[in-house]
Amino acid sequence: MNMNMNKGRIHKFYLNEKYIVLDINSGSVHVVDEIVYDIIEYYEEYNFEEIATKLRNKYEYTNILSAYNEIKQLENEGLIFSENMDINLEYNKENIVKAMCLHVAHDCNLKCRYCFASQGNFNGERKLMDLETGKKALDFLVKSSGNRRNLEVDFFGGEPLMNFDVVKELVFYGRELEKKHNKHFRFTITTNGLLLNEENMRFINENMDNIVLSLDGRKTVNDYMRMTLNDNGSYDIIVPKIKEMIKLRKDKDYYVRGTFTSKNLDFSRDCIEYYNHGFKNISMEPVVTDLDKDYAIREEHIETIMKEYEEFSKIYMNLRKESPDFLFFHFMIDLNQGPCAVKKSVGCGAGSEYIAVTPEGDIYPCHQFVGEEKFKLGTLETGIINIELREQFKSANVNSKDSCKSCWAKYYCSGGCHANAYYSNNSIMKPHDISCKMEKKRIECALSILANE
Amino acid sequence: MEYIKTLTNKNLKETTLYAGCGECQTSCQSACKTSCTVGNQKCENEKANEK
Ligand code: SF4
Ligand code: SF4
Repeated sequence: MNMNMNKGRIHKFYLNEKYIVLDINSGSVHVVDEIVYDIIEYYEEYNFEEIATKLRNKYEYTNILSAYNEIKQLENEGLIFSENMDINLEYNKENIVKAMCLHVAHDCNLKCRYCFASQGNFNGERKLMDLETGKKALDFLVKSSGNRRNLEVDFFGGEPLMNFDVVKELVFYGRELEKKHNKHFRFTITTNGLLLNEENMRFINENMDNIVLSLDGRKTVNDYMRMTLNDNGSYDIIVPKIKEMIKLRKDKDYYVRGTFTSKNLDFSRDCIEYYNHGFKNISMEPVVTDLDKDYAIREEHIETIMKEYEEFSKIYMNLRKESPDFLFFHFMIDLNQGPCAVKKSVGCGAGSEYIAVTPEGDIYPCHQFVGEEKFKLGTLETGIINIELREQFKSANVNSKDSCKSCWAKYYCSGGCHANAYYSNNSIMKPHDISCKMEKKRIECALSILANE
Repeated sequence: MEYIKTLTNKNLKETTLYAGCGECQTSCQSACKTSCTVGNQKCENEKANEK
C-alpha cells in the first residue's frame, strides 16, 4: 500500500487503459496521464525537486514541472488531496418516512434455494396482505411523509402477483391519496414473472414506474437456483413472459435482475445471455446467504470475482458500442447530477426514511429484516415505537462506521447494506468485508468505463 | 490542463449547502432489491440542478 492511500485522501488505480485518481472527500474523479499518476505517488511526501529527481529517468524535467503544476492547481481548487469534510449529519431529524416496501404476499410460487424469505413465507405463515392493511400502510406513509412529495412504494413478497387484486386496489387508492394530499406515488413491483399475463402486464405497464424482473442468468444456472414448486426449472416459462413485458415497456423503466453464486462465478456469460435476449437494463447481484451453503460466496472466490468484473467491464464497453442503451446497474455512476453529500453518507435510509410492512401490518427497518423479532419497529396500529432501534439505523453512516470512515469508496458506496452487515458480522455497524471488496471493484470498473466513453 | 481530465463538475462539498432535502429516490443496495445504488441516482433538488 502506498503512502497516499494511507493518508486516505485519494485513491488511484489503473484499469481499462486508464489511470484514474479519485479524490475521496470532494468526490472528484480525474483521468490522468501516467506522468501525473507517478508524481501523485510521491506528491504528499516529497517536494517538487525530490520528485523530479526520482522521475528523471522516465520523464523530461519540463514535463514533470507542468504536470506537477496541474496537480497543484487542482489541489488549490479543492479537487485533489482535499480535506475530510465535516458534514453536520442531522439526518432525518423529523423522522420522515418516504419509502415503503409493501409485502403484499408472504407466499411464493417458486422455491429459490437462496431465498432470504425462506421460499416466500419469511419464516412465518404463508399469508396475503388484505386490502385494509394495505390501505392503512399507504395512509401511514402519507401521514409520516411530512413535506416530502415523492413517495415510493415497492410491491414485494414473496411473490406480489399472487395478490394482484390487492396491488391493483392499492394503486387506485394511492392515486386518490395523491390528489388529497398533494403527493406523488412512485409505484414499483418486484416479481419472478411466473404469473405475468396480458391483463396484469397491461396494468403494471401503465401504473408502475419500474418493474424488477428476477431471472438468474443462463438456463442451467437459473433452473438450478430457481425451481418451480414441483422441482422443475422455471427458465422456459419465464423468459418469454419477460420478453413480452419488456416489449410493452418501450422507454419506461424495467430491469432484469439476477443473482450469481459461487456456482456461476463466470456471471459475465449470464449478462451476455441477457443482452442476446434483448434485455437492456440488467443487474447481476452476488448472493447473500449463510456461509455454510455450497453456493455461498466465500473469501476464496473473491479473486475470481474481481477478475470477472474487470472482464465484464471490457465486454460491456464493447456491447455498449453496438447498443448504447445497454445498462448494467452496477456500472452506472452519475458523476455530475448524483446525490448530495448527506445522501451519499447515509445510503439506503432503512429504518428511518425507508420501512417494510408485512401482511400482518408489522413494521421493520427493511425487507431483509422482516421476521426478525428484535428488529420490529412497531405496527401500523402503534406506529414506530422502537425509537432506540430507529436511532441505531439513523446513526449508521459512512462517518460513524469504522471501516467506512477510512474507506476510499465511502461516498460512492454509502456504507453498504445494513442487513448484509448484520447477518455476517452481527452488527449493522460492521460492513460485510466480501461485499466491500466487490463494491469497490464495481466502482473502479464503473469509473474506468466512464473514462473510456 | 494538458495531463489531467476531470470527469466531475461538482465538488461534493458544495452539495452540503443544500444537502439532505430528501426528495431523491431511496436506494436499497442489496441483492434482492431494486439495487439502485446511490452512485447511479439523480439528485432531485431543483436548486442544486440549476447550477
Ligand atoms: S461498506 Fe465497505 S465499501 Fe462501503 S464505504 Fe463502508 S467500508 Fe467502504
Ligand atoms: S439494509 Fe440492505 S437490504 Fe435493507 S434497504 Fe438497506 S441496502 Fe437494502
